[in-house]
Amino acid sequence: MLPLSGERIDAKGIIKDESDSMNILRGTSTLKRGFAHMLKNGVIMDVTTVEQAQIAEEAGAVSVMVLDKLPSDVRKAGGVARTASIRIIEDIADSVTIPVMAKCRIGHVYEAKILQETNVDMIDESEVLTPADETHHIWKWDFTTPFVNGARSLSEALRRIEEGAAMIRTKGEPGTGNVAEAVTHIKKVNDELRIIKSIYDSGDNQDLVRIARDFKVSYDIVEETAKLGRLPVVNFAAGGIATPADAAYLMSLGCDGIFVGSGIFNANDVKERARAIVLATTFWNESDKVKEAQKMIDERQSMLGLDVKTLELRMQERGGSA
Amino acid sequence: MSLTVGVLAIQGDAHENITSTQIALKELGIDGKVIGVKTTEDISKLDGLIIPGGESTTIGQLSLVNSSLKIIKEKIERGMPVLGICAGMILLSKSVNDHVLGKTNQPLLNLLDIKLERNSFGRQKESFEAEISMNSINIPKFNGVFIRAPSVSDVGPDVEILAKFNEKIIAVKKNNIIAVAFHPELIQDVSLHKYFVNLIKKLKTN
Repeated sequence: MLPLSGERIDAKGIIKDESDSMNILRGTSTLKRGFAHMLKNGVIMDVTTVEQAQIAEEAGAVSVMVLDKLPSDVRKAGGVARTASIRIIEDIADSVTIPVMAKCRIGHVYEAKILQETNVDMIDESEVLTPADETHHIWKWDFTTPFVNGARSLSEALRRIEEGAAMIRTKGEPGTGNVAEAVTHIKKVNDELRIIKSIYDSGDNQDLVRIARDFKVSYDIVEETAKLGRLPVVNFAAGGIATPADAAYLMSLGCDGIFVGSGIFNANDVKERARAIVLATTFWNESDKVKEAQKMIDERQSMLGLDVKTLELRMQERGGSA
Repeated sequence: MSLTVGVLAIQGDAHENITSTQIALKELGIDGKVIGVKTTEDISKLDGLIIPGGESTTIGQLSLVNSSLKIIKEKIERGMPVLGICAGMILLSKSVNDHVLGKTNQPLLNLLDIKLERNSFGRQKESFEAEISMNSINIPKFNGVFIRAPSVSDVGPDVEILAKFNEKIIAVKKNNIIAVAFHPELIQDVSLHKYFVNLIKKLKTN
Protein backbone atom coordinates (compact mmCIF):
# COMPACT_ATOMS: atom_id res chain seq x y z
CA MET A 1 0.00 0.00 0.00
CA LEU A 2 1.30 3.44 -0.92
CA PRO A 3 0.91 6.73 0.90
CA LEU A 4 -0.65 9.18 -1.55
CA SER A 5 -0.37 12.28 0.67
CA GLY A 6 -0.48 15.53 -1.27
CA GLU A 7 -1.69 13.86 -4.48
CA ARG A 8 -3.71 15.94 -6.94
CA ILE A 9 -6.31 13.83 -8.64
CA ASP A 10 -7.00 16.69 -11.10
CA ALA A 11 -3.38 16.58 -12.37
CA LYS A 12 -2.99 17.26 -16.10
CA GLY A 13 -0.36 14.53 -16.27
CA ILE A 14 -3.01 11.88 -15.59
CA ILE A 15 -4.14 10.47 -18.93
CA LYS A 16 -7.38 8.55 -19.38
CA ASP A 17 -7.38 6.13 -22.26
CA GLU A 18 -10.83 4.79 -22.94
CA SER A 19 -10.18 3.18 -26.28
CA ASP A 20 -11.01 -0.47 -26.98
CA SER A 21 -13.72 -0.38 -24.28
CA MET A 22 -10.95 -0.45 -21.69
CA ASN A 23 -10.44 2.10 -19.01
CA ILE A 24 -6.77 2.84 -18.60
CA LEU A 25 -5.16 5.48 -16.41
CA ARG A 26 -1.60 6.68 -16.86
CA GLY A 27 0.50 9.08 -14.81
CA THR A 28 -1.36 8.57 -11.51
CA SER A 29 0.44 9.05 -8.19
CA THR A 30 0.23 5.30 -7.58
CA LEU A 31 2.13 4.67 -10.82
CA LYS A 32 4.66 7.48 -10.30
CA ARG A 33 5.39 6.83 -6.63
CA GLY A 34 5.07 3.08 -7.21
CA PHE A 35 7.82 3.24 -9.82
CA ALA A 36 10.14 4.83 -7.24
CA HIS A 37 9.24 2.10 -4.75
CA MET A 38 10.58 -0.51 -7.21
CA LEU A 39 14.01 1.13 -6.95
CA LYS A 40 14.28 0.73 -3.18
CA ASN A 41 17.46 -0.77 -1.75
CA GLY A 42 19.09 -0.13 -5.08
CA VAL A 43 21.81 2.03 -6.57
CA ILE A 44 21.19 4.55 -9.35
CA MET A 45 24.37 5.44 -11.22
CA ASP A 46 25.23 8.60 -13.16
CA VAL A 47 26.46 7.72 -16.64
CA THR A 48 27.51 9.67 -19.72
CA THR A 49 27.94 6.91 -22.33
CA VAL A 50 26.40 3.61 -23.47
CA GLU A 51 29.47 1.77 -22.24
CA GLN A 52 29.12 3.21 -18.74
CA ALA A 53 25.39 2.36 -18.71
CA GLN A 54 26.17 -1.26 -19.56
CA ILE A 55 28.80 -1.43 -16.82
CA ALA A 56 26.21 -0.05 -14.39
CA GLU A 57 23.62 -2.64 -15.42
CA GLU A 58 26.10 -5.49 -15.14
CA ALA A 59 27.14 -4.27 -11.69
CA GLY A 60 23.49 -4.54 -10.54
CA ALA A 61 22.37 -0.89 -10.69
CA VAL A 62 18.58 -0.48 -10.57
CA SER A 63 18.67 2.47 -12.94
CA VAL A 64 21.03 4.83 -14.73
CA MET A 65 20.93 8.64 -14.79
CA VAL A 66 22.15 10.14 -18.06
CA LEU A 67 24.17 13.35 -17.91
CA ASP A 68 26.27 15.27 -20.38
CA LYS A 69 29.10 15.44 -17.82
CA LEU A 70 29.56 13.83 -14.42
CA PRO A 71 28.91 16.34 -11.61
CA SER A 72 32.61 16.73 -10.75
CA ASP A 73 33.32 17.53 -14.40
CA VAL A 74 30.42 20.02 -14.45
CA ARG A 75 32.17 21.69 -11.53
CA LYS A 76 35.51 21.82 -13.38
CA ALA A 77 34.03 22.95 -16.68
CA GLY A 78 32.02 25.85 -15.29
CA GLY A 79 29.67 27.61 -17.72
CA VAL A 80 26.04 26.58 -18.10
CA ALA A 81 25.20 22.93 -17.52
CA ARG A 82 22.15 21.72 -19.49
CA THR A 83 20.23 18.48 -20.10
CA ALA A 84 22.15 15.70 -21.89
CA SER A 85 22.13 15.05 -25.66
CA ILE A 86 18.88 13.37 -26.64
CA ARG A 87 20.70 10.97 -28.99
CA ILE A 88 22.87 9.70 -26.15
CA ILE A 89 19.83 9.24 -23.90
CA GLU A 90 18.08 7.27 -26.66
CA ASP A 91 21.16 5.16 -27.38
CA ILE A 92 21.46 4.30 -23.69
CA ALA A 93 17.73 3.50 -23.44
CA ASP A 94 18.18 1.07 -26.34
CA SER A 95 21.15 -0.69 -24.73
CA VAL A 96 19.99 -1.51 -21.19
CA THR A 97 16.88 -3.18 -19.73
CA ILE A 98 16.91 -1.17 -16.49
CA PRO A 99 15.09 2.19 -16.26
CA VAL A 100 16.78 5.27 -17.67
CA MET A 101 16.57 8.68 -16.01
CA ALA A 102 17.87 12.05 -17.13
CA LYS A 103 18.33 15.47 -15.54
CA CYS A 104 16.72 18.73 -16.50
CA ARG A 105 17.48 22.21 -15.14
CA ILE A 106 15.45 23.45 -12.18
CA GLY A 107 12.32 25.16 -13.53
CA HIS A 108 13.09 24.32 -17.16
CA VAL A 109 9.66 23.10 -18.27
CA TYR A 110 10.73 22.47 -21.86
CA GLU A 111 13.82 20.43 -21.09
CA ALA A 112 11.45 18.34 -18.99
CA LYS A 113 8.86 18.09 -21.80
CA ILE A 114 11.59 16.97 -24.18
CA LEU A 115 12.75 14.32 -21.71
CA GLN A 116 9.16 13.11 -21.36
CA GLU A 117 8.89 12.88 -25.15
CA THR A 118 12.21 11.00 -25.19
CA ASN A 119 10.46 8.49 -22.94
CA VAL A 120 12.89 8.50 -20.03
CA ASP A 121 11.49 6.62 -17.05
CA MET A 122 12.07 9.43 -14.55
CA ILE A 123 13.17 13.06 -14.72
CA ASP A 124 15.56 14.53 -12.15
CA GLU A 125 14.97 18.28 -11.75
CA SER A 126 18.50 18.78 -10.61
CA GLU A 127 20.68 21.38 -8.96
CA VAL A 128 23.70 19.80 -10.68
CA LEU A 129 22.57 21.68 -13.80
CA THR A 130 22.34 25.47 -13.95
CA PRO A 131 18.86 26.57 -12.79
CA ALA A 132 16.62 28.05 -15.48
CA ASP A 133 14.20 29.66 -13.04
CA GLU A 134 15.43 31.10 -9.76
CA THR A 135 11.99 31.28 -8.15
CA HIS A 136 9.92 28.39 -9.48
CA HIS A 137 10.38 24.69 -9.80
CA ILE A 138 8.49 22.76 -12.47
CA TRP A 139 4.80 22.04 -11.72
CA LYS A 140 5.33 18.33 -12.03
CA TRP A 141 1.62 17.41 -11.88
CA ASP A 142 1.46 18.46 -15.55
CA PHE A 143 3.68 15.49 -16.50
CA THR A 144 2.92 11.80 -16.97
CA THR A 145 6.57 10.91 -16.38
CA PRO A 146 7.53 10.89 -12.68
CA PHE A 147 10.07 13.31 -11.18
CA VAL A 148 12.72 13.09 -8.50
CA ASN A 149 13.90 16.23 -6.70
CA GLY A 150 16.68 17.05 -4.28
CA ALA A 151 16.05 18.37 -0.76
CA ARG A 152 18.16 19.44 2.21
CA SER A 153 15.35 19.61 4.76
CA LEU A 154 11.83 18.36 5.39
CA SER A 155 10.28 21.65 4.29
CA GLU A 156 12.11 21.56 0.97
CA ALA A 157 11.11 17.90 0.46
CA LEU A 158 7.42 18.63 1.16
CA ARG A 159 7.43 21.65 -1.17
CA ARG A 160 8.74 19.45 -3.95
CA ILE A 161 6.18 16.72 -3.20
CA GLU A 162 3.38 19.30 -3.32
CA GLU A 163 4.67 20.32 -6.77
CA GLY A 164 4.35 16.68 -7.81
CA ALA A 165 7.73 15.04 -7.10
CA ALA A 166 7.27 11.24 -6.86
CA MET A 167 10.63 10.70 -5.19
CA ILE A 168 13.06 12.72 -3.08
CA ARG A 169 16.82 12.51 -2.74
CA THR A 170 19.13 14.41 -0.46
CA LYS A 171 21.08 17.09 -2.28
CA GLY A 172 24.39 16.52 -0.55
CA GLU A 173 27.10 18.41 -2.38
CA PRO A 174 27.35 16.90 -5.88
CA GLY A 175 30.67 16.19 -7.54
CA THR A 176 32.77 16.42 -4.40
CA GLY A 177 33.29 12.79 -3.40
CA ASN A 178 32.51 14.11 0.06
CA VAL A 179 29.59 12.49 1.83
CA ALA A 180 29.35 14.96 4.72
CA GLU A 181 26.59 17.13 3.24
CA ALA A 182 24.39 14.15 2.32
CA VAL A 183 24.75 12.92 5.91
CA THR A 184 23.77 16.35 7.24
CA HIS A 185 20.72 16.51 4.96
CA ILE A 186 19.33 13.08 5.76
CA LYS A 187 19.84 13.64 9.49
CA LYS A 188 18.07 16.98 9.29
CA VAL A 189 15.09 15.44 7.47
CA ASN A 190 14.95 12.59 10.01
CA ASP A 191 15.13 14.98 12.97
CA GLU A 192 12.36 17.14 11.56
CA LEU A 193 10.22 14.07 10.90
CA ARG A 194 10.66 12.98 14.51
CA ILE A 195 9.61 16.44 15.71
CA ILE A 196 6.42 16.63 13.64
CA LYS A 197 5.55 13.03 14.52
CA SER A 198 5.77 13.82 18.22
CA ILE A 199 3.66 16.95 17.74
CA TYR A 200 1.08 14.87 15.86
CA ASP A 201 1.09 12.22 18.58
CA SER A 202 0.56 14.89 21.22
CA GLY A 203 -2.53 16.14 19.34
CA ASP A 204 -1.28 19.74 19.10
CA ASN A 205 -2.89 20.76 15.80
CA GLN A 206 -2.10 24.42 16.35
CA ASP A 207 1.61 23.64 16.33
CA LEU A 208 1.21 21.65 13.10
CA VAL A 209 -0.47 24.68 11.53
CA ARG A 210 2.49 26.80 12.63
CA ILE A 211 4.88 24.30 11.03
CA ALA A 212 2.91 24.23 7.77
CA ARG A 213 3.20 28.06 7.60
CA ASP A 214 6.87 27.89 8.45
CA PHE A 215 7.47 25.19 5.78
CA LYS A 216 5.35 27.07 3.19
CA VAL A 217 3.30 23.95 2.47
CA SER A 218 -0.32 22.93 3.06
CA TYR A 219 -1.51 21.80 6.45
CA ASP A 220 -2.74 18.51 4.96
CA ILE A 221 0.64 17.32 3.78
CA VAL A 222 2.24 18.21 7.11
CA GLU A 223 -0.44 16.32 9.01
CA GLU A 224 -0.26 13.26 6.77
CA THR A 225 3.54 13.17 6.86
CA ALA A 226 3.51 13.61 10.64
CA LYS A 227 1.09 10.72 10.95
CA LEU A 228 3.28 8.49 8.75
CA GLY A 229 6.46 9.53 10.55
CA ARG A 230 8.31 9.39 7.23
CA LEU A 231 8.21 11.09 3.84
CA PRO A 232 5.20 9.99 1.79
CA VAL A 233 7.55 9.16 -1.10
CA VAL A 234 10.75 7.15 -1.43
CA ASN A 235 13.84 9.00 -0.18
CA PHE A 236 17.30 8.25 -1.59
CA ALA A 237 20.73 9.54 -0.58
CA ALA A 238 22.74 11.52 -3.13
CA GLY A 239 25.66 13.88 -3.37
CA GLY A 240 29.26 12.90 -2.71
CA ILE A 241 28.94 9.12 -2.28
CA ALA A 242 32.23 7.54 -3.40
CA THR A 243 32.78 4.25 -1.56
CA PRO A 244 30.86 1.14 -0.39
CA ALA A 245 31.26 2.39 3.19
CA ASP A 246 29.58 5.71 2.25
CA ALA A 247 26.64 3.84 0.72
CA ALA A 248 26.19 1.50 3.70
CA TYR A 249 26.42 4.41 6.16
CA LEU A 250 23.66 6.35 4.36
CA MET A 251 21.46 3.25 4.16
CA SER A 252 21.90 2.85 7.93
CA LEU A 253 20.55 6.39 8.40
CA GLY A 254 17.25 5.27 6.88
CA CYS A 255 17.70 6.13 3.20
CA ASP A 256 15.74 3.95 0.78
CA GLY A 257 18.58 3.71 -1.71
CA ILE A 258 21.60 5.45 -3.20
CA PHE A 259 22.48 7.71 -6.12
CA VAL A 260 26.15 7.67 -7.10
CA GLY A 261 27.30 10.52 -9.29
CA SER A 262 30.97 11.04 -9.97
CA GLY A 263 32.07 8.50 -7.35
CA ILE A 264 32.11 5.52 -9.72
CA PHE A 265 33.03 6.69 -13.19
CA ASN A 266 35.57 9.25 -11.99
CA ALA A 267 37.39 6.60 -9.98
CA ASN A 268 40.08 4.42 -11.54
CA ASP A 269 38.55 1.07 -10.59
CA VAL A 270 35.14 1.55 -12.20
CA LYS A 271 33.79 -2.01 -12.48
CA GLU A 272 34.90 -3.19 -9.05
CA ARG A 273 33.64 -0.01 -7.42
CA ALA A 274 30.24 -0.13 -9.15
CA ARG A 275 29.73 -3.72 -8.02
CA ALA A 276 31.08 -3.05 -4.52
CA ILE A 277 28.73 -0.09 -3.95
CA VAL A 278 25.75 -2.22 -5.04
CA LEU A 279 26.77 -5.02 -2.65
CA ALA A 280 27.25 -2.61 0.26
CA THR A 281 23.83 -1.03 -0.40
CA THR A 282 22.05 -4.39 -0.49
CA PHE A 283 23.79 -5.88 2.54
CA TRP A 284 24.38 -2.65 4.51
CA ASN A 285 23.27 -4.21 7.78
CA GLU A 286 25.76 -7.09 7.56
CA SER A 287 29.15 -5.61 8.49
CA ASP A 288 31.16 -8.55 7.16
CA LYS A 289 29.62 -8.15 3.72
CA VAL A 290 30.22 -4.38 3.72
CA LYS A 291 33.83 -5.06 4.60
CA GLU A 292 34.11 -7.53 1.72
CA ALA A 293 32.64 -4.88 -0.59
CA GLN A 294 35.03 -2.22 0.68
CA LYS A 295 37.90 -4.65 0.10
CA MET A 296 36.98 -4.81 -3.58
CA ILE A 297 38.02 -1.18 -4.04
CA ASP A 298 41.37 0.50 -3.59
CA GLU A 299 41.34 3.84 -1.79
CA ARG A 300 44.24 4.98 -3.97
CA GLN A 301 41.83 4.71 -6.92
CA SER A 302 39.03 6.81 -5.32
CA MET A 303 38.30 10.23 -6.74
CA LEU A 304 40.30 12.82 -4.84
CA GLY A 305 37.34 14.67 -3.40
CA LEU A 306 36.79 18.24 -2.32
CA ASP A 307 36.37 19.98 1.02
CA VAL A 308 32.91 21.50 0.91
CA LYS A 309 33.98 24.57 2.94
CA THR A 310 36.33 25.80 0.23
CA LEU A 311 33.92 25.40 -2.69
CA GLU A 312 33.12 28.39 -4.84
CA LEU A 313 29.98 26.77 -6.19
CA ARG A 314 27.57 25.20 -3.72
CA MET A 315 25.12 23.36 -5.99
CA GLN A 316 22.92 22.39 -3.05
CA GLU A 317 21.85 26.01 -2.58
CA ARG A 318 20.32 26.18 -6.03
CA GLY A 319 16.54 26.30 -5.81
CA GLY A 320 16.69 25.76 -2.07
CA SER A 321 14.60 28.72 -0.96
CA ALA A 322 11.91 28.24 -3.63
CA MET B 1 -0.55 -23.80 13.44
CA SER B 2 1.34 -20.62 12.69
CA LEU B 3 2.53 -19.62 9.23
CA THR B 4 5.84 -17.97 8.44
CA VAL B 5 5.62 -15.94 5.27
CA GLY B 6 8.76 -14.36 3.87
CA VAL B 7 9.21 -11.48 1.47
CA LEU B 8 12.52 -11.50 -0.39
CA ALA B 9 14.16 -8.25 0.76
CA ILE B 10 17.21 -8.08 -1.50
CA GLN B 11 15.92 -5.16 -3.55
CA GLY B 12 12.52 -3.69 -4.42
CA ASP B 13 9.27 -3.03 -2.59
CA ALA B 14 9.49 -5.74 0.08
CA HIS B 15 8.03 -3.53 2.81
CA GLU B 16 4.71 -2.95 0.99
CA ASN B 17 4.29 -6.71 0.57
CA ILE B 18 5.00 -7.28 4.24
CA THR B 19 2.23 -4.81 5.14
CA SER B 20 -0.28 -6.30 2.67
CA THR B 21 0.43 -9.85 3.90
CA GLN B 22 0.07 -8.79 7.54
CA ILE B 23 -3.33 -7.28 6.75
CA ALA B 24 -4.31 -10.42 4.82
CA LEU B 25 -3.40 -12.67 7.79
CA LYS B 26 -5.34 -10.45 10.16
CA GLU B 27 -8.44 -10.27 7.97
CA LEU B 28 -8.41 -14.05 7.53
CA GLY B 29 -7.84 -14.62 11.24
CA ILE B 30 -4.84 -16.82 10.49
CA ASP B 31 -2.00 -16.94 12.97
CA GLY B 32 1.32 -16.11 11.36
CA LYS B 33 4.21 -13.75 10.95
CA VAL B 34 5.67 -11.98 7.95
CA ILE B 35 9.38 -11.32 7.67
CA GLY B 36 11.74 -9.73 5.18
CA VAL B 37 14.31 -12.36 4.18
CA LYS B 38 17.75 -12.12 2.59
CA THR B 39 19.83 -15.03 3.82
CA THR B 40 19.62 -18.77 3.13
CA GLU B 41 19.09 -19.30 6.85
CA ASP B 42 15.97 -17.06 6.92
CA ILE B 43 14.62 -18.57 3.71
CA SER B 44 14.98 -22.15 4.97
CA LYS B 45 12.40 -21.48 7.73
CA LEU B 46 9.63 -20.24 5.43
CA ASP B 47 6.22 -21.74 4.66
CA GLY B 48 5.73 -19.36 1.74
CA LEU B 49 7.65 -16.67 -0.11
CA ILE B 50 6.81 -13.49 -2.01
CA ILE B 51 9.33 -12.27 -4.56
CA PRO B 52 8.43 -8.59 -4.82
CA GLY B 53 8.65 -5.98 -7.54
CA GLY B 54 11.99 -4.36 -8.21
CA GLU B 55 14.65 -4.72 -10.86
CA SER B 56 14.85 -8.37 -11.84
CA THR B 57 18.48 -8.09 -13.01
CA THR B 58 19.51 -6.67 -9.64
CA ILE B 59 17.49 -9.11 -7.52
CA GLY B 60 18.70 -12.06 -9.60
CA GLN B 61 22.38 -11.13 -9.50
CA LEU B 62 22.41 -10.33 -5.80
CA SER B 63 20.50 -13.42 -4.71
CA LEU B 64 23.02 -15.41 -6.74
CA VAL B 65 25.85 -13.83 -4.73
CA ASN B 66 24.66 -15.09 -1.35
CA SER B 67 23.21 -18.41 -2.65
CA SER B 68 19.64 -17.49 -1.74
CA LEU B 69 18.55 -18.11 -5.35
CA LYS B 70 19.57 -21.77 -5.00
CA ILE B 71 17.68 -22.43 -1.79
CA ILE B 72 14.60 -20.60 -3.09
CA LYS B 73 14.58 -22.88 -6.12
CA GLU B 74 14.99 -26.01 -4.00
CA LYS B 75 12.20 -25.00 -1.63
CA ILE B 76 9.79 -24.18 -4.45
CA GLU B 77 10.59 -27.50 -6.14
CA ARG B 78 9.75 -29.23 -2.85
CA GLY B 79 6.37 -27.48 -2.83
CA MET B 80 6.78 -24.15 -0.99
CA PRO B 81 4.17 -21.69 -2.30
CA VAL B 82 5.63 -18.65 -4.00
CA LEU B 83 4.07 -15.44 -5.30
CA GLY B 84 6.20 -13.65 -7.88
CA ILE B 85 5.26 -10.04 -8.58
CA CYS B 86 6.56 -8.26 -11.70
CA ALA B 87 10.33 -8.75 -11.19
CA GLY B 88 9.36 -11.88 -9.24
CA MET B 89 7.40 -13.17 -12.23
CA ILE B 90 10.46 -12.62 -14.41
CA LEU B 91 12.72 -14.49 -11.98
CA LEU B 92 10.36 -17.49 -11.82
CA SER B 93 10.21 -17.93 -15.58
CA LYS B 94 12.25 -20.16 -17.86
CA SER B 95 12.79 -17.83 -20.78
CA VAL B 96 12.95 -14.04 -20.87
CA ASN B 97 13.07 -11.57 -23.73
CA ASP B 98 13.22 -7.80 -23.45
CA HIS B 99 10.72 -5.79 -25.51
CA VAL B 100 13.56 -3.75 -27.09
CA LEU B 101 16.77 -5.66 -26.49
CA GLY B 102 15.61 -9.23 -27.19
CA LYS B 103 17.13 -12.15 -25.29
CA THR B 104 18.44 -11.16 -21.86
CA ASN B 105 21.25 -12.84 -20.03
CA GLN B 106 20.15 -12.69 -16.39
CA PRO B 107 19.98 -15.20 -13.54
CA LEU B 108 16.56 -16.91 -13.39
CA LEU B 109 14.90 -19.53 -11.18
CA ASN B 110 13.83 -21.43 -14.27
CA LEU B 111 10.67 -22.89 -12.73
CA LEU B 112 7.70 -21.65 -14.74
CA ASP B 113 7.26 -22.83 -18.28
CA ILE B 114 6.20 -19.45 -19.70
CA LYS B 115 7.45 -17.26 -22.50
CA LEU B 116 7.93 -13.87 -20.92
CA GLU B 117 8.56 -10.45 -22.37
CA ARG B 118 10.10 -7.75 -20.14
CA ASN B 119 8.90 -4.14 -20.35
CA SER B 120 6.13 -5.51 -22.53
CA PHE B 121 3.83 -2.48 -22.30
CA GLY B 122 6.63 0.07 -22.79
CA ARG B 123 8.57 2.40 -20.54
CA GLN B 124 7.34 4.22 -17.41
CA LYS B 125 5.21 6.78 -19.28
CA GLU B 126 3.15 3.85 -20.59
CA SER B 127 2.71 2.32 -17.12
CA PHE B 128 -1.01 2.09 -16.34
CA GLU B 129 -3.80 1.17 -13.98
CA ALA B 130 -6.74 -0.86 -15.24
CA GLU B 131 -9.45 -3.14 -13.92
CA ILE B 132 -8.68 -6.82 -14.38
CA SER B 133 -10.36 -10.04 -13.28
CA MET B 134 -9.07 -13.34 -11.98
CA ASN B 135 -12.31 -15.31 -12.04
CA SER B 136 -10.77 -18.74 -11.56
CA ILE B 137 -9.49 -17.75 -8.12
CA ASN B 138 -12.65 -15.81 -7.20
CA ILE B 139 -11.25 -12.31 -7.62
CA PRO B 140 -13.63 -10.96 -10.28
CA LYS B 141 -12.58 -7.32 -9.92
CA PHE B 142 -9.09 -6.09 -9.15
CA ASN B 143 -7.23 -2.84 -9.80
CA GLY B 144 -4.16 -3.87 -11.79
CA VAL B 145 -1.19 -1.54 -11.32
CA PHE B 146 1.25 -2.18 -14.17
CA ILE B 147 4.67 -0.53 -13.79
CA ARG B 148 7.06 -1.20 -16.68
CA ALA B 149 5.34 -4.54 -16.51
CA PRO B 150 6.23 -7.81 -18.21
CA SER B 151 3.68 -10.03 -19.93
CA VAL B 152 3.49 -13.64 -20.97
CA SER B 153 2.96 -14.56 -24.61
CA ASP B 154 2.75 -18.32 -24.22
CA VAL B 155 2.45 -20.90 -21.45
CA GLY B 156 3.45 -24.56 -21.15
CA PRO B 157 0.78 -27.30 -20.95
CA ASP B 158 0.49 -27.41 -17.15
CA VAL B 159 0.42 -23.64 -16.53
CA GLU B 160 -3.00 -22.16 -15.76
CA ILE B 161 -3.82 -18.66 -17.03
CA LEU B 162 -5.41 -16.57 -14.26
CA ALA B 163 -5.83 -13.29 -16.12
CA LYS B 164 -5.33 -11.58 -19.45
CA PHE B 165 -5.28 -7.93 -20.38
CA ASN B 166 -5.52 -6.78 -23.96
CA GLU B 167 -4.80 -10.33 -25.18
CA LYS B 168 -1.61 -10.44 -23.09
CA ILE B 169 -1.32 -12.96 -20.25
CA ILE B 170 -0.67 -11.13 -16.98
CA ALA B 171 -1.24 -13.73 -14.24
CA VAL B 172 -0.45 -17.45 -14.18
CA LYS B 173 -0.45 -20.36 -11.74
CA LYS B 174 1.16 -23.74 -11.65
CA ASN B 175 0.49 -25.76 -8.48
CA ASN B 176 2.36 -23.86 -5.73
CA ILE B 177 3.63 -21.09 -8.02
CA ILE B 178 1.70 -17.88 -8.73
CA ALA B 179 3.14 -15.13 -10.90
CA VAL B 180 1.57 -11.76 -11.71
CA ALA B 181 2.74 -8.87 -13.88
CA PHE B 182 0.98 -6.19 -11.79
CA HIS B 183 1.47 -4.89 -8.24
CA PRO B 184 -1.18 -5.99 -5.70
CA GLU B 185 0.99 -4.59 -2.86
CA LEU B 186 0.53 -0.98 -4.01
CA ILE B 187 -3.25 -0.88 -3.50
CA GLN B 188 -5.63 -1.17 -0.53
CA ASP B 189 -7.30 -4.36 -1.77
CA VAL B 190 -5.44 -7.36 -0.31
CA SER B 191 -7.52 -10.10 -1.95
CA LEU B 192 -4.61 -11.58 -3.91
CA HIS B 193 -2.43 -11.64 -0.78
CA LYS B 194 -5.34 -13.35 1.01
CA TYR B 195 -5.58 -15.95 -1.72
CA PHE B 196 -1.85 -16.58 -1.41
CA VAL B 197 -1.97 -16.87 2.39
CA ASN B 198 -4.81 -19.38 2.08
CA LEU B 199 -2.76 -21.38 -0.41
CA ILE B 200 0.18 -21.45 2.03
CA LYS B 201 -2.12 -22.63 4.80
CA LYS B 202 -3.67 -25.34 2.61
CA LEU B 203 -0.31 -26.67 1.40
CA LYS B 204 1.15 -26.61 4.90
CA THR B 205 -1.79 -28.59 6.30
CA ASN B 206 -1.44 -31.25 3.61
